[in-house]
Amino acid sequence: MHPYTNQGSQDTRSGFGAGLLELGRSNPHVVALCADLTGSLKMDAFAKEFPERFFQTGIAEAHMMGMAAGLTIGGWIPFTGTFANFSTGRVYDQIRQSIAYSDKNVKICASHAGLTLGEDGATHQILEDIGLMKMLPGMTVVVTADYNQTKAATIALADHHGPVYLRFGRPKVANFTPADKPFIIGKADVLLEGSDVTIAATGHLVWEALEAANTLAAQGISAEVINFATIKPFDTEALLKSVHKTGRVVTAEEHQRHGGLGDLVAQTLGMHRPAPIEMVAVNDSFGESGTPAQLMDKYGLNAAAIVEAALKVRNR
Amino acid sequence: MASIYDYPSQIRRDILRMVHKPQSGHPGGSMGCTEFFTALYFDVLHHNPSAFTMDGRGEDLFFLSNGHISPVLYSTLARSGYFPVSELSTFRLINTRLQGHPTTHDGLPGVRIASGSLGQGLSVAVGAAQAKKLNGDSHLVYTLHGDGELQEGQIWEAAMYAGAKKVDNLIATVDANGQQIDGSTDEVLPMGDLGAKFAAFGWDVMHLEHGNDLDAVRAALREAGTRTGHGKPVVIIMKTAMGHGVDFMAGTHKWHGVAPNDDELARALAQCPETLGDY
Ligand SMILES: Cc1ncc(C[n+]2csc(CCOP(=O)(O)OP(=O)(O)O)c2C)c(N)n1
Ligand SMILES: [Mg+2]
Repeated sequence: MHPYTNQGSQDTRSGFGAGLLELGRSNPHVVALCADLTGSLKMDAFAKEFPERFFQTGIAEAHMMGMAAGLTIGGWIPFTGTFANFSTGRVYDQIRQSIAYSDKNVKICASHAGLTLGEDGATHQILEDIGLMKMLPGMTVVVTADYNQTKAATIALADHHGPVYLRFGRPKVANFTPADKPFIIGKADVLLEGSDVTIAATGHLVWEALEAANTLAAQGISAEVINFATIKPFDTEALLKSVHKTGRVVTAEEHQRHGGLGDLVAQTLGMHRPAPIEMVAVNDSFGESGTPAQLMDKYGLNAAAIVEAALKVRNR
Repeated sequence: MASIYDYPSQIRRDILRMVHKPQSGHPGGSMGCTEFFTALYFDVLHHNPSAFTMDGRGEDLFFLSNGHISPVLYSTLARSGYFPVSELSTFRLINTRLQGHPTTHDGLPGVRIASGSLGQGLSVAVGAAQAKKLNGDSHLVYTLHGDGELQEGQIWEAAMYAGAKKVDNLIATVDANGQQIDGSTDEVLPMGDLGAKFAAFGWDVMHLEHGNDLDAVRAALREAGTRTGHGKPVVIIMKTAMGHGVDFMAGTHKWHGVAPNDDELARALAQCPETLGDY
Protein backbone atom coordinates (compact mmCIF):
# COMPACT_ATOMS: atom_id res chain seq x y z
CA MET A 1 0.00 0.00 0.00
CA HIS A 2 1.32 3.46 -0.84
CA PRO A 3 2.08 5.60 2.19
CA TYR A 4 0.16 8.71 1.14
CA THR A 5 -3.04 9.91 2.72
CA ASN A 6 -5.49 12.42 1.41
CA GLN A 7 -5.21 15.34 3.83
CA GLY A 8 -8.60 16.60 2.61
CA SER A 9 -9.58 17.12 -1.01
CA GLN A 10 -8.98 20.58 -2.42
CA ASP A 11 -8.85 22.14 -5.86
CA THR A 12 -5.43 22.79 -7.36
CA ARG A 13 -6.55 26.27 -8.45
CA SER A 14 -6.92 27.17 -4.77
CA GLY A 15 -3.32 26.10 -4.31
CA PHE A 16 -2.43 28.59 -7.03
CA GLY A 17 -4.44 31.33 -5.33
CA ALA A 18 -2.79 30.63 -1.98
CA GLY A 19 0.66 30.59 -3.54
CA LEU A 20 0.03 33.84 -5.37
CA LEU A 21 -1.16 35.54 -2.19
CA GLU A 22 1.94 34.38 -0.36
CA LEU A 23 4.10 35.67 -3.21
CA GLY A 24 2.33 39.00 -3.05
CA ARG A 25 3.46 39.28 0.55
CA SER A 26 6.98 37.94 0.12
CA ASN A 27 7.98 39.27 -3.29
CA PRO A 28 7.25 42.94 -4.03
CA HIS A 29 7.96 42.47 -7.75
CA VAL A 30 5.13 40.02 -8.38
CA VAL A 31 2.13 41.40 -10.28
CA ALA A 32 -0.94 39.56 -11.51
CA LEU A 33 -3.26 39.93 -14.48
CA CYS A 34 -6.62 38.32 -15.05
CA ALA A 35 -9.18 38.36 -17.87
CA ASP A 36 -12.50 38.36 -16.02
CA LEU A 37 -12.00 35.07 -14.19
CA THR A 38 -10.56 36.31 -10.91
CA GLY A 39 -12.90 34.19 -8.77
CA SER A 40 -12.45 31.04 -10.86
CA LEU A 41 -8.66 31.40 -10.73
CA LYS A 42 -8.76 32.13 -6.98
CA MET A 43 -6.87 35.36 -7.59
CA ASP A 44 -9.30 37.50 -5.61
CA ALA A 45 -7.32 37.44 -2.38
CA PHE A 46 -4.26 38.80 -4.18
CA ALA A 47 -6.37 41.37 -6.02
CA LYS A 48 -7.92 42.54 -2.76
CA GLU A 49 -4.69 42.79 -0.81
CA PHE A 50 -2.56 44.24 -3.63
CA PRO A 51 -4.91 46.25 -5.85
CA GLU A 52 -2.07 48.34 -7.27
CA ARG A 53 -0.29 45.18 -8.42
CA PHE A 54 -3.38 43.56 -9.93
CA PHE A 55 -4.51 44.24 -13.50
CA GLN A 56 -8.03 43.35 -14.58
CA THR A 57 -7.82 43.30 -18.38
CA GLY A 58 -11.38 42.42 -19.21
CA ILE A 59 -12.07 39.55 -21.60
CA ALA A 60 -9.02 40.27 -23.73
CA GLU A 61 -6.57 37.42 -23.37
CA ALA A 62 -4.38 38.37 -26.32
CA HIS A 63 -3.92 41.83 -24.86
CA MET A 64 -3.30 40.35 -21.42
CA MET A 65 -0.38 38.28 -22.73
CA GLY A 66 1.18 41.26 -24.48
CA MET A 67 0.67 43.46 -21.46
CA ALA A 68 2.33 40.87 -19.25
CA ALA A 69 5.32 40.85 -21.60
CA GLY A 70 5.48 44.64 -21.34
CA LEU A 71 5.33 44.60 -17.54
CA THR A 72 8.53 42.57 -17.42
CA ILE A 73 10.27 45.55 -19.04
CA GLY A 74 10.87 47.49 -15.87
CA GLY A 75 11.47 44.47 -13.68
CA TRP A 76 8.02 43.16 -12.74
CA ILE A 77 7.18 39.46 -12.57
CA PRO A 78 3.71 39.00 -14.08
CA PHE A 79 1.45 36.01 -13.38
CA THR A 80 -1.44 35.79 -15.86
CA GLY A 81 -4.58 33.90 -15.01
CA THR A 82 -7.37 32.50 -17.14
CA PHE A 83 -8.70 29.09 -18.19
CA ALA A 84 -6.17 26.80 -19.86
CA ASN A 85 -7.82 27.03 -23.26
CA PHE A 86 -7.70 30.83 -23.22
CA SER A 87 -4.16 30.74 -21.78
CA THR A 88 -2.75 28.76 -24.70
CA GLY A 89 -4.66 28.03 -27.90
CA ARG A 90 -6.49 31.35 -27.86
CA VAL A 91 -3.27 33.34 -27.57
CA TYR A 92 -0.61 31.07 -29.01
CA ASP A 93 0.96 33.63 -31.32
CA GLN A 94 1.03 36.29 -28.60
CA ILE A 95 2.83 33.87 -26.30
CA ARG A 96 5.13 32.75 -29.09
CA GLN A 97 6.28 36.19 -30.23
CA SER A 98 5.84 38.57 -27.29
CA ILE A 99 6.75 36.12 -24.50
CA ALA A 100 8.71 33.04 -25.61
CA TYR A 101 10.72 34.43 -28.54
CA SER A 102 11.22 37.68 -26.63
CA ASP A 103 12.38 35.73 -23.56
CA LYS A 104 10.02 37.52 -21.20
CA ASN A 105 9.70 36.48 -17.58
CA VAL A 106 5.95 35.81 -17.69
CA LYS A 107 4.21 33.07 -15.70
CA ILE A 108 1.19 31.82 -17.62
CA CYS A 109 -1.09 30.24 -15.03
CA ALA A 110 -3.92 28.15 -16.37
CA SER A 111 -6.87 26.67 -14.55
CA HIS A 112 -9.72 24.39 -15.66
CA ALA A 113 -7.41 22.29 -17.81
CA GLY A 114 -8.57 18.97 -19.16
CA LEU A 115 -11.82 17.04 -18.85
CA THR A 116 -12.29 17.63 -15.13
CA LEU A 117 -13.69 21.08 -15.67
CA GLY A 118 -16.78 19.03 -16.36
CA GLU A 119 -20.17 20.33 -17.40
CA ASP A 120 -19.03 23.27 -19.56
CA GLY A 121 -18.02 20.72 -22.20
CA ALA A 122 -15.43 20.53 -24.94
CA THR A 123 -15.15 24.25 -25.75
CA HIS A 124 -13.54 24.73 -22.36
CA GLN A 125 -11.84 21.35 -21.86
CA ILE A 126 -8.51 21.89 -23.54
CA LEU A 127 -6.56 18.65 -23.94
CA GLU A 128 -3.88 20.01 -26.24
CA ASP A 129 -2.25 22.69 -24.08
CA ILE A 130 0.71 20.69 -22.80
CA GLY A 131 1.68 19.88 -26.36
CA LEU A 132 1.24 23.45 -27.53
CA MET A 133 3.34 24.87 -24.74
CA LYS A 134 6.09 22.28 -24.65
CA MET A 135 6.79 22.88 -28.32
CA LEU A 136 7.75 26.51 -27.71
CA PRO A 137 11.52 26.96 -27.43
CA GLY A 138 12.55 28.03 -23.95
CA MET A 139 9.14 27.48 -22.38
CA THR A 140 9.07 25.67 -19.04
CA VAL A 141 5.94 23.55 -18.55
CA VAL A 142 4.69 22.57 -15.09
CA VAL A 143 1.62 20.42 -14.39
CA THR A 144 0.89 20.00 -10.71
CA ALA A 145 -0.83 17.12 -8.96
CA ASP A 146 -2.56 18.57 -5.92
CA TYR A 147 -3.21 21.66 -3.83
CA ASN A 148 0.06 21.59 -1.91
CA GLN A 149 2.18 21.04 -4.98
CA THR A 150 0.39 23.76 -6.93
CA LYS A 151 0.97 26.22 -4.12
CA ALA A 152 4.64 25.28 -3.86
CA ALA A 153 5.13 25.45 -7.63
CA THR A 154 3.49 28.87 -7.85
CA ILE A 155 5.91 30.17 -5.23
CA ALA A 156 8.89 28.55 -6.97
CA LEU A 157 8.07 30.15 -10.32
CA ALA A 158 8.83 33.63 -9.05
CA ASP A 159 12.48 32.73 -8.49
CA HIS A 160 12.87 31.13 -11.89
CA HIS A 161 13.78 33.53 -14.71
CA GLY A 162 11.99 32.83 -17.96
CA PRO A 163 8.57 32.03 -19.35
CA VAL A 164 6.62 29.26 -17.62
CA TYR A 165 3.30 27.55 -18.28
CA LEU A 166 1.67 26.33 -15.05
CA ARG A 167 -1.30 24.02 -15.57
CA PHE A 168 -3.85 23.14 -12.91
CA GLY A 169 -7.55 22.37 -12.60
CA ARG A 170 -10.99 23.00 -11.24
CA PRO A 171 -12.26 20.03 -9.18
CA LYS A 172 -11.42 19.11 -5.63
CA VAL A 173 -8.93 16.25 -5.71
CA ALA A 174 -6.89 14.40 -3.12
CA ASN A 175 -4.27 16.58 -1.43
CA PHE A 176 -1.47 14.21 -0.52
CA THR A 177 1.95 15.80 -1.06
CA PRO A 178 3.63 17.30 2.02
CA ALA A 179 2.67 20.93 2.61
CA ASP A 180 6.26 21.94 3.33
CA LYS A 181 7.85 20.30 0.30
CA PRO A 182 9.57 22.91 -1.88
CA PHE A 183 8.95 22.63 -5.61
CA ILE A 184 12.03 22.06 -7.74
CA ILE A 185 11.51 22.84 -11.42
CA GLY A 186 12.81 20.05 -13.63
CA LYS A 187 12.86 17.37 -10.98
CA ALA A 188 10.45 14.42 -11.02
CA ASP A 189 9.41 12.84 -7.74
CA VAL A 190 9.51 9.10 -7.21
CA LEU A 191 6.48 8.75 -4.96
CA LEU A 192 6.55 5.01 -4.68
CA GLU A 193 9.36 2.60 -5.45
CA GLY A 194 8.63 -0.57 -7.35
CA SER A 195 10.23 -3.09 -9.65
CA ASP A 196 7.69 -4.43 -12.18
CA VAL A 197 6.31 -1.37 -13.97
CA THR A 198 6.91 2.37 -13.99
CA ILE A 199 3.85 4.59 -13.86
CA ALA A 200 4.79 8.05 -15.12
CA ALA A 201 1.95 10.40 -14.26
CA THR A 202 1.23 14.10 -14.20
CA GLY A 203 -1.49 16.39 -12.83
CA HIS A 204 -4.72 14.90 -11.51
CA LEU A 205 -3.64 11.45 -12.66
CA VAL A 206 -0.86 11.19 -10.09
CA TRP A 207 -3.24 10.30 -7.27
CA GLU A 208 -4.98 7.84 -9.58
CA ALA A 209 -1.58 6.27 -10.27
CA LEU A 210 -1.01 5.78 -6.54
CA GLU A 211 -4.43 4.19 -6.18
CA ALA A 212 -3.66 1.97 -9.16
CA ALA A 213 -0.40 0.92 -7.50
CA ASN A 214 -2.40 -0.32 -4.51
CA THR A 215 -4.61 -2.44 -6.72
CA LEU A 216 -1.59 -3.80 -8.58
CA ALA A 217 0.19 -4.58 -5.31
CA ALA A 218 -2.81 -6.71 -4.28
CA GLN A 219 -2.21 -8.69 -7.47
CA GLY A 220 1.47 -9.09 -6.69
CA ILE A 221 2.68 -6.43 -9.13
CA SER A 222 5.12 -3.87 -7.80
CA ALA A 223 4.60 -0.46 -9.44
CA GLU A 224 6.97 2.48 -9.26
CA VAL A 225 5.03 5.77 -9.36
CA ILE A 226 6.73 8.93 -10.56
CA ASN A 227 5.16 12.37 -10.49
CA PHE A 228 6.38 14.27 -13.54
CA ALA A 229 5.17 17.68 -12.43
CA THR A 230 7.69 19.31 -14.72
CA ILE A 231 7.03 18.30 -18.31
CA LYS A 232 9.76 20.56 -19.66
CA PRO A 233 12.64 20.49 -18.99
CA PHE A 234 11.96 16.76 -18.75
CA ASP A 235 13.68 14.71 -16.06
CA THR A 236 15.15 12.14 -18.42
CA GLU A 237 17.39 10.72 -15.74
CA ALA A 238 14.51 9.91 -13.39
CA LEU A 239 12.66 8.08 -16.15
CA LEU A 240 15.65 6.07 -17.36
CA LYS A 241 16.70 5.14 -13.85
CA SER A 242 13.26 3.75 -13.16
CA VAL A 243 12.87 1.93 -16.47
CA HIS A 244 16.26 0.38 -15.94
CA LYS A 245 14.64 -1.42 -13.02
CA THR A 246 11.16 -2.07 -14.36
CA GLY A 247 11.66 -2.36 -18.13
CA ARG A 248 8.18 -1.04 -18.95
CA VAL A 249 6.10 2.10 -18.57
CA VAL A 250 2.54 3.32 -18.28
CA THR A 251 2.01 7.05 -18.76
CA ALA A 252 -1.04 8.80 -17.33
CA GLU A 253 -2.26 12.31 -18.04
CA GLU A 254 -5.42 14.36 -18.57
CA HIS A 255 -4.41 15.35 -22.10
CA GLN A 256 -4.38 14.14 -25.67
CA ARG A 257 -2.11 11.21 -26.33
CA HIS A 258 -0.61 13.32 -29.13
CA GLY A 259 1.71 15.93 -27.69
CA GLY A 260 1.52 15.11 -24.02
CA LEU A 261 3.61 13.35 -21.40
CA GLY A 262 3.16 10.00 -23.14
CA ASP A 263 4.72 11.33 -26.35
CA LEU A 264 7.63 12.68 -24.39
CA VAL A 265 8.21 9.42 -22.51
CA ALA A 266 8.01 7.43 -25.75
CA GLN A 267 10.48 9.77 -27.43
CA THR A 268 12.87 9.58 -24.48
CA LEU A 269 12.69 5.79 -24.31
CA GLY A 270 13.06 5.45 -28.06
CA MET A 271 16.22 7.50 -28.00
CA HIS A 272 17.83 6.09 -24.87
CA ARG A 273 16.32 2.79 -23.84
CA PRO A 274 13.55 1.25 -25.94
CA ALA A 275 10.88 -0.34 -23.72
CA PRO A 276 7.18 -1.21 -24.01
CA ILE A 277 4.86 1.66 -23.16
CA GLU A 278 1.09 2.06 -22.69
CA MET A 279 -0.55 5.47 -22.56
CA VAL A 280 -3.49 6.47 -20.43
CA ALA A 281 -4.62 9.63 -22.21
CA VAL A 282 -7.40 10.93 -24.42
CA ASN A 283 -7.16 9.29 -27.80
CA ASP A 284 -7.62 11.98 -30.45
CA SER A 285 -11.04 13.23 -29.43
CA PHE A 286 -12.73 16.24 -27.87
CA GLY A 287 -14.39 16.05 -24.47
CA GLU A 288 -18.04 16.68 -23.61
CA SER A 289 -20.35 17.65 -20.74
CA GLY A 290 -20.60 15.51 -17.63
CA THR A 291 -19.34 15.34 -14.09
CA PRO A 292 -15.58 15.10 -13.73
CA ALA A 293 -15.81 11.51 -12.46
CA GLN A 294 -18.13 10.46 -15.28
CA LEU A 295 -15.83 11.99 -17.86
CA MET A 296 -12.66 10.48 -16.45
CA ASP A 297 -14.43 7.13 -16.45
CA LYS A 298 -15.81 7.46 -19.97
CA TYR A 299 -12.47 8.58 -21.42
CA GLY A 300 -10.48 6.03 -19.46
CA LEU A 301 -8.44 8.37 -17.28
CA ASN A 302 -8.54 6.85 -13.81
CA ALA A 303 -6.96 4.27 -11.52
CA ALA A 304 -8.86 1.43 -13.20
CA ALA A 305 -7.55 2.43 -16.61
CA ILE A 306 -4.01 2.65 -15.25
CA VAL A 307 -4.30 -0.84 -13.76
CA GLU A 308 -5.53 -2.18 -17.07
CA ALA A 309 -2.67 -0.49 -18.93
CA ALA A 310 -0.14 -1.87 -16.43
CA LEU A 311 -1.42 -5.42 -16.90
CA LYS A 312 -1.26 -4.98 -20.65
CA VAL A 313 2.25 -3.55 -20.70
CA ARG A 314 3.39 -6.37 -18.45
CA ASN A 315 2.42 -8.97 -21.01
CA ARG A 316 4.29 -7.31 -23.85
CA MET B 1 28.11 67.79 -35.46
CA ALA B 2 25.56 66.37 -37.81
CA SER B 3 22.41 68.38 -38.22
CA ILE B 4 19.12 66.59 -37.63
CA TYR B 5 18.21 67.49 -41.20
CA ASP B 6 21.05 65.29 -42.46
CA TYR B 7 19.48 62.11 -41.14
CA PRO B 8 16.45 61.38 -43.35
CA SER B 9 18.40 61.23 -46.59
CA GLN B 10 21.14 59.09 -45.06
CA ILE B 11 18.66 56.74 -43.39
CA ARG B 12 16.86 56.31 -46.74
CA ARG B 13 20.19 55.39 -48.35
CA ASP B 14 20.75 52.86 -45.57
CA ILE B 15 17.27 51.37 -46.06
CA LEU B 16 17.70 51.05 -49.81
CA ARG B 17 21.14 49.47 -49.55
CA MET B 18 20.10 47.16 -46.67
CA VAL B 19 17.23 45.62 -48.62
CA HIS B 20 19.14 45.60 -51.90
CA LYS B 21 21.93 43.33 -50.70
CA PRO B 22 19.76 40.36 -49.62
CA GLN B 23 17.15 41.37 -52.24
CA SER B 24 14.62 41.17 -49.44
CA GLY B 25 12.91 43.39 -46.90
CA HIS B 26 10.39 46.21 -46.65
CA PRO B 27 11.56 49.56 -48.00
CA GLY B 28 8.15 51.25 -48.59
CA GLY B 29 6.91 51.66 -45.03
CA SER B 30 10.45 52.25 -43.82
CA MET B 31 10.97 55.22 -46.15
CA GLY B 32 7.57 56.63 -45.27
CA CYS B 33 8.48 56.65 -41.57
CA THR B 34 12.01 58.02 -41.88
CA GLU B 35 11.08 61.50 -40.63
CA PHE B 36 9.21 59.96 -37.70
CA PHE B 37 12.24 57.93 -36.63
CA THR B 38 14.55 60.89 -37.09
CA ALA B 39 12.36 63.15 -35.02
CA LEU B 40 11.84 60.56 -32.31
CA TYR B 41 15.41 59.30 -31.89
CA PHE B 42 17.40 62.46 -32.63
CA ASP B 43 15.15 65.02 -30.98
CA VAL B 44 12.37 63.79 -28.71
CA LEU B 45 13.32 60.53 -27.04
CA HIS B 46 15.16 60.62 -23.70
CA HIS B 47 17.27 57.53 -24.12
CA ASN B 48 20.64 56.06 -23.46
CA PRO B 49 22.09 54.43 -26.60
CA SER B 50 25.52 53.74 -25.14
CA ALA B 51 24.19 51.87 -22.09
CA PHE B 52 21.20 49.90 -23.30
CA THR B 53 19.24 47.97 -20.67
CA MET B 54 16.26 45.73 -21.22
CA ASP B 55 14.46 47.32 -18.26
CA GLY B 56 14.86 50.84 -19.64
CA ARG B 57 14.31 52.47 -16.28
CA GLY B 58 14.76 56.23 -16.25
CA GLU B 59 14.41 56.58 -20.02
CA ASP B 60 11.72 56.76 -22.66
CA LEU B 61 10.88 53.53 -24.47
CA PHE B 62 9.91 52.90 -28.07
CA PHE B 63 8.19 49.78 -29.42
CA LEU B 64 7.92 49.08 -33.13
CA SER B 65 4.69 47.13 -33.54
CA ASN B 66 4.82 46.95 -37.35
CA GLY B 67 8.08 45.02 -37.26
CA HIS B 68 8.38 44.66 -41.02
CA ILE B 69 9.78 48.18 -41.25
CA SER B 70 12.87 46.95 -39.42
CA PRO B 71 15.27 48.66 -41.91
CA VAL B 72 14.35 52.14 -40.70
CA LEU B 73 14.56 50.99 -37.07
CA TYR B 74 17.99 49.41 -37.51
CA SER B 75 19.43 52.35 -39.42
CA THR B 76 18.13 54.77 -36.78
CA LEU B 77 19.40 52.65 -33.88
CA ALA B 78 22.85 52.30 -35.47
CA ARG B 79 23.11 55.98 -36.26
CA SER B 80 22.00 56.78 -32.69
CA GLY B 81 24.91 54.73 -31.38
CA TYR B 82 23.20 51.53 -30.19
CA PHE B 83 25.51 49.39 -32.36
CA PRO B 84 28.08 49.97 -35.10
CA VAL B 85 26.75 51.39 -38.35
CA SER B 86 28.84 48.80 -40.21
CA GLU B 87 26.56 46.07 -38.86
CA LEU B 88 23.77 47.35 -41.13
CA SER B 89 25.50 45.44 -43.94
CA THR B 90 24.43 42.16 -42.28
CA PHE B 91 20.67 42.80 -42.50
CA ARG B 92 18.76 39.57 -43.21
CA LEU B 93 21.96 37.58 -43.79
CA ILE B 94 22.75 34.33 -42.00
CA ASN B 95 23.98 34.73 -38.39
CA THR B 96 22.96 38.38 -38.21
CA ARG B 97 21.59 40.20 -35.19
CA LEU B 98 19.59 42.26 -37.69
CA GLN B 99 16.91 39.67 -38.31
CA GLY B 100 14.23 40.23 -40.93
CA HIS B 101 11.93 41.33 -38.15
CA PRO B 102 13.23 42.79 -34.87
CA THR B 103 14.01 40.41 -32.03
CA THR B 104 15.55 40.44 -28.58
CA HIS B 105 16.79 36.93 -29.25
CA ASP B 106 20.25 37.88 -30.47
CA GLY B 107 20.84 40.66 -27.98
CA LEU B 108 20.65 43.57 -30.41
CA PRO B 109 20.80 46.76 -28.31
CA GLY B 110 17.76 48.96 -28.78
CA VAL B 111 15.19 46.19 -29.21
CA ARG B 112 13.03 45.20 -26.24
CA ILE B 113 10.41 43.02 -27.90
CA ALA B 114 10.06 40.89 -31.00
CA SER B 115 7.58 42.10 -33.59
CA GLY B 116 6.58 41.00 -37.04
CA SER B 117 3.37 39.21 -36.29
CA LEU B 118 1.24 42.34 -36.42
CA GLY B 119 -1.01 43.73 -33.73
CA GLN B 120 0.92 42.86 -30.58
CA GLY B 121 3.01 45.95 -29.86
CA LEU B 122 0.35 48.17 -28.33
CA SER B 123 -0.37 45.64 -25.58
CA VAL B 124 3.33 45.34 -24.81
CA ALA B 125 3.62 49.12 -24.66
CA VAL B 126 0.63 49.33 -22.31
CA GLY B 127 2.34 46.82 -20.01
CA ALA B 128 5.60 48.73 -20.13
CA ALA B 129 3.74 51.97 -19.44
CA GLN B 130 2.07 50.40 -16.41
CA ALA B 131 5.48 49.18 -15.26
CA LYS B 132 6.76 52.76 -15.46
CA LYS B 133 3.88 53.92 -13.29
CA LEU B 134 4.56 51.19 -10.73
CA ASN B 135 8.23 52.20 -10.72
CA GLY B 136 7.43 55.90 -10.27
CA ASP B 137 9.29 56.51 -13.52
CA SER B 138 7.89 59.58 -15.29
CA HIS B 139 9.38 58.74 -18.69
CA LEU B 140 7.12 57.99 -21.64
CA VAL B 141 6.39 54.98 -23.82
CA TYR B 142 6.10 55.43 -27.60
CA THR B 143 4.86 53.03 -30.25
CA LEU B 144 4.46 52.94 -34.01
CA HIS B 145 1.80 50.96 -35.89
CA GLY B 146 0.92 50.47 -39.52
CA ASP B 147 -2.56 51.54 -40.57
CA GLY B 148 -3.25 48.11 -42.05
CA GLU B 149 -2.07 46.68 -38.74
CA LEU B 150 -5.04 48.32 -37.06
CA GLN B 151 -7.23 45.65 -38.65
CA GLU B 152 -5.92 43.27 -35.98
CA GLY B 153 -8.36 42.85 -33.09
CA GLN B 154 -5.70 42.88 -30.39
CA ILE B 155 -4.96 46.53 -31.21
CA TRP B 156 -8.48 47.40 -30.14
CA GLU B 157 -8.29 45.26 -27.01
CA ALA B 158 -5.22 47.26 -26.06
CA ALA B 159 -6.81 50.55 -27.10
CA MET B 160 -9.90 49.80 -25.00
CA TYR B 161 -7.75 48.94 -22.00
CA ALA B 162 -5.46 51.97 -22.31
CA GLY B 163 -8.41 54.34 -22.62
CA ALA B 164 -10.42 52.78 -19.81
CA LYS B 165 -7.50 52.49 -17.41
CA LYS B 166 -6.10 55.93 -18.20
CA VAL B 167 -2.69 54.82 -19.40
CA ASP B 168 -1.64 58.42 -20.00
CA ASN B 169 2.12 57.95 -20.26
CA LEU B 170 1.75 56.39 -23.70
CA ILE B 171 2.01 57.97 -27.16
CA ALA B 172 1.03 55.73 -30.06
CA THR B 173 1.60 56.82 -33.65
CA VAL B 174 -0.19 55.33 -36.66
CA ASP B 175 1.64 55.36 -39.98
CA ALA B 176 -1.40 56.36 -42.02
CA ASN B 177 0.06 55.74 -45.46
CA GLY B 178 -3.21 54.31 -46.73
CA GLN B 179 -1.42 51.23 -48.06
CA GLN B 180 -0.98 47.63 -47.10
CA ILE B 181 0.06 44.47 -48.96
CA ASP B 182 -2.86 43.73 -51.24
CA GLY B 183 -3.56 47.34 -52.14
CA SER B 184 -4.76 50.51 -50.49
CA THR B 185 -6.34 50.17 -47.07
CA ASP B 186 -9.60 51.33 -48.65
CA GLU B 187 -9.44 48.51 -51.18
CA VAL B 188 -8.53 45.86 -48.61
CA LEU B 189 -10.76 46.87 -45.70
CA PRO B 190 -11.82 50.46 -45.25
CA MET B 191 -11.37 51.50 -41.64
CA GLY B 192 -13.38 54.70 -41.72
CA ASP B 193 -12.51 57.50 -39.34
CA LEU B 194 -9.54 56.24 -37.32
CA GLY B 195 -9.43 59.36 -35.18
CA ALA B 196 -13.07 58.93 -34.20
CA LYS B 197 -12.45 55.28 -33.40
CA PHE B 198 -9.58 56.04 -31.03
CA ALA B 199 -11.53 58.94 -29.50
CA ALA B 200 -14.43 56.57 -28.86
CA PHE B 201 -11.99 54.29 -27.03
CA GLY B 202 -11.01 57.15 -24.72
CA TRP B 203 -7.85 58.40 -26.43
CA ASP B 204 -6.62 61.93 -26.96
CA VAL B 205 -6.35 62.07 -30.77
CA MET B 206 -3.94 64.22 -32.78
CA HIS B 207 -3.82 64.43 -36.55
CA LEU B 208 -0.55 65.07 -38.35
CA GLU B 209 -1.11 65.95 -42.01
CA HIS B 210 2.53 66.04 -43.10
CA GLY B 211 4.28 63.04 -41.65
CA ASN B 212 7.17 63.42 -44.08
CA ASP B 213 7.91 66.98 -42.96
CA LEU B 214 10.55 66.55 -40.28
CA ASP B 215 9.75 69.74 -38.40
CA ALA B 216 6.05 68.95 -38.45
CA VAL B 217 6.72 65.52 -36.95
CA ARG B 218 9.00 66.99 -34.28
CA ALA B 219 6.33 69.54 -33.36
CA ALA B 220 3.63 66.87 -33.22
CA LEU B 221 5.69 64.56 -30.99
CA ARG B 222 6.52 67.46 -28.69
CA GLU B 223 2.91 68.47 -28.46
CA ALA B 224 1.92 64.87 -27.79
CA GLY B 225 4.37 64.86 -24.91
CA THR B 226 2.64 67.86 -23.36
CA ARG B 227 -0.69 66.07 -23.65
CA THR B 228 0.44 63.08 -21.59
CA GLY B 229 -0.38 62.89 -17.90
CA HIS B 230 -3.93 64.10 -18.39
CA GLY B 231 -5.83 60.85 -17.97
CA LYS B 232 -5.78 59.71 -21.61
CA PRO B 233 -3.35 57.87 -23.84
CA VAL B 234 -2.35 59.94 -26.87
CA VAL B 235 -2.46 58.80 -30.49
CA ILE B 236 -1.06 60.62 -33.51
CA ILE B 237 -2.68 59.70 -36.81
CA MET B 238 0.29 60.55 -39.02
CA LYS B 239 -0.22 60.80 -42.78
CA THR B 240 2.80 59.66 -44.73
CA ALA B 241 3.57 58.46 -48.23
CA MET B 242 4.87 54.92 -48.47
CA GLY B 243 8.24 55.00 -50.25
CA HIS B 244 8.64 58.75 -49.66
CA GLY B 245 11.91 60.26 -50.90
CA VAL B 246 12.26 58.34 -54.16
CA ASP B 247 9.84 59.42 -56.89
CA PHE B 248 9.23 56.05 -58.48
CA MET B 249 8.71 54.35 -55.10
CA ALA B 250 6.42 56.90 -53.47
CA GLY B 251 2.72 56.54 -52.78
CA THR B 252 2.17 52.96 -53.90
CA HIS B 253 1.85 49.66 -52.07
CA LYS B 254 4.10 48.04 -54.70
CA TRP B 255 7.20 48.79 -52.62
CA HIS B 256 5.75 47.47 -49.37
CA GLY B 257 8.01 44.43 -49.42
CA VAL B 258 10.05 44.50 -52.62
CA ALA B 259 13.76 45.29 -52.91
CA PRO B 260 15.11 47.47 -55.72
CA ASN B 261 17.30 45.83 -58.37
CA ASP B 262 20.74 47.24 -59.27
CA ASP B 263 19.39 49.79 -61.69
CA GLU B 264 16.57 50.88 -59.38
CA LEU B 265 18.99 51.17 -56.49
CA ALA B 266 21.26 53.49 -58.48
CA ARG B 267 18.34 55.65 -59.54
CA ALA B 268 16.97 55.74 -55.99
CA LEU B 269 20.29 56.57 -54.35
CA ALA B 270 20.74 59.43 -56.82
CA GLN B 271 17.69 61.02 -55.18
CA CYS B 272 19.03 60.59 -51.60
CA PRO B 273 22.32 62.43 -51.09
CA GLU B 274 24.94 60.82 -48.85
CA THR B 275 24.91 63.24 -45.94
CA LEU B 276 26.56 61.34 -43.10
CA GLY B 277 28.62 58.69 -44.86
CA ASP B 278 27.41 55.31 -46.04
CA TYR B 279 28.11 52.26 -43.88
C1 LIG C 1 -0.56 38.84 -37.94
C2 LIG C 1 0.01 39.13 -39.28
N1 LIG C 1 -0.72 38.92 -40.38
C3 LIG C 1 -0.19 39.16 -41.60
C4 LIG C 1 1.08 39.62 -41.74
C5 LIG C 1 1.69 39.83 -43.13
N2 LIG C 1 1.87 41.28 -43.34
C6 LIG C 1 3.06 41.86 -43.15
S1 LIG C 1 3.01 43.51 -43.41
C7 LIG C 1 1.37 43.45 -43.83
C8 LIG C 1 0.64 44.71 -44.22
C9 LIG C 1 0.70 45.69 -43.14
O1 LIG C 1 0.08 46.90 -43.54
P1 LIG C 1 0.48 48.20 -42.76
O2 LIG C 1 0.39 47.97 -41.31
O3 LIG C 1 -0.37 49.30 -43.30
O4 LIG C 1 2.01 48.42 -43.10
P2 LIG C 1 2.61 49.06 -44.44
O5 LIG C 1 2.33 48.10 -45.55
O6 LIG C 1 1.95 50.35 -44.63
O7 LIG C 1 4.06 49.18 -44.16
C10 LIG C 1 0.89 42.15 -43.74
C11 LIG C 1 -0.49 41.75 -44.07
C12 LIG C 1 1.83 39.81 -40.56
N3 LIG C 1 3.10 40.21 -40.59
N4 LIG C 1 1.28 39.60 -39.34
MG1 LIG D 1 0.03 51.03 -44.28
